[in-house]
Amino acid sequence: MPTFVYMTRCDGCGHCVDICPSDIMHIDKTNRRAYNIEPTHCWECFSCVKACPQNAIDVRGYADFSPLGHSVRVDRDEDKGTIAWSVKYRDGREKSFLSPITTKPWGSCTPNLKEVVGPTQEQRDGELLFNEPKYIRFDDGGLHTLESNGLTLKQGVYY
Amino acid sequence: MYNINPFVELSASIDSTIIQTYIIVMALLVAGGTLFDIVHKRSAKYFFNNWQKSKANAKHQVSGGKKASVAIQTAIDGLTSAELGDCSTRRQLAHLLTMYGFIAYVAATAIMAFGYTDSATPVILANLWHLGALMVSVGGFWFWFFIRVDVSSEGNSPFRLVRADLFVVSLTLSTTFALVWAYAQTTGNATWEILFLGLYILTTTVLFGSVPWSKFSHMFFKPAAALEKKMSEASGARNNLPEPVDRTNPAVRDSHSMELLKDAPLSMGLGIKREKPSHY
Repeated sequence: MPTFVYMTRCDGCGHCVDICPSDIMHIDKTNRRAYNIEPTHCWECFSCVKACPQNAIDVRGYADFSPLGHSVRVDRDEDKGTIAWSVKYRDGREKSFLSPITTKPWGSCTPNLKEVVGPTQEQRDGELLFNEPKYIRFDDGGLHTLESNGLTLKQGVYY
Repeated sequence: MYNINPFVELSASIDSTIIQTYIIVMALLVAGGTLFDIVHKRSAKYFFNNWQKSKANAKHQVSGGKKASVAIQTAIDGLTSAELGDCSTRRQLAHLLTMYGFIAYVAATAIMAFGYTDSATPVILANLWHLGALMVSVGGFWFWFFIRVDVSSEGNSPFRLVRADLFVVSLTLSTTFALVWAYAQTTGNATWEILFLGLYILTTTVLFGSVPWSKFSHMFFKPAAALEKKMSEASGARNNLPEPVDRTNPAVRDSHSMELLKDAPLSMGLGIKREKPSHY
């Protein structure tokens, strides 16, 4: 379901252009509003839909499986740290979903990589990746497995 | 320079009725161009259909008082360019400069050209004309070279001009040439005066005569779109968007999906808006 822009709601801020991983959100030469230049190349990642401060971007369902008045709309509220979805089916049913998008204030847990001491020559020549023993906790009791943590794999999906 | 009505000196060489006729023709071009735009792009039909769709999806009736308060809020948002503040404060400031500058400049032009052709112009009017033109020029060049989304987010050269730039470029050049022409009058150099008057008339004619092809009419349809959006929020239709989240509501706070945010601060601050959208 590729994205499209409601031209009357778009104010041409450029957030979708900036965030699109496929670089297919561009600025129209006639109205200076955003538009999807190549819907068939859209990954349907919803990045632009979520980033738009005016909720001016929507997704267009393919006519073969979601025709006639369906709607999938999303409101990403950074200040509240939530994302809300409202899905309207073609038979009129509506479903709402609400999830967190962060659990800590934005920018409060950015790793300060500038301050991290770089690898030594020995580490550079070694087979491990930078900080690998530390980051996978290999230097803290060896490889962590379900077994070593006293866990077992359960069958099925649990929530 | 700032205290002089530039149209008085002009009326010495050009009959003031010609100047007045030109201004009337420009006003007619704007009115005609906007009407043509509405019919040609079917924007009125689009808004009417949208309005009807919102009414059909309304979750509750909007009272007369609520409608009035929504209209007032829309007007306040329009007068403060609040919508643009959602994405960037500098864009909002540039828009406020050009909007109020343009209103002051157009009003002062009309009053001076029609009311003070051969009598002493109040200094405040001449000041208003110069200040308005200066505000438009500052806001316009700021927008043109730094804020324009195809420059700031797409990384295009500020000198790459497309049809969407017709309005801002003709507006900015028109007020800039107006100021340069007013300055040329004070120097007494007739060649410069005629040259900049010609450029002023050319860019002004392009500005007002290109309404069907430019973004000039956004000043009429943007408030209509903003009103439709706010009315849709007031009626609960919200263009199918989800209801606003209230994290203090116990039903929301204690729901399973929100468990991870139970003890988190209510305000998480700015996310992607911490950086300008210019990572091209």
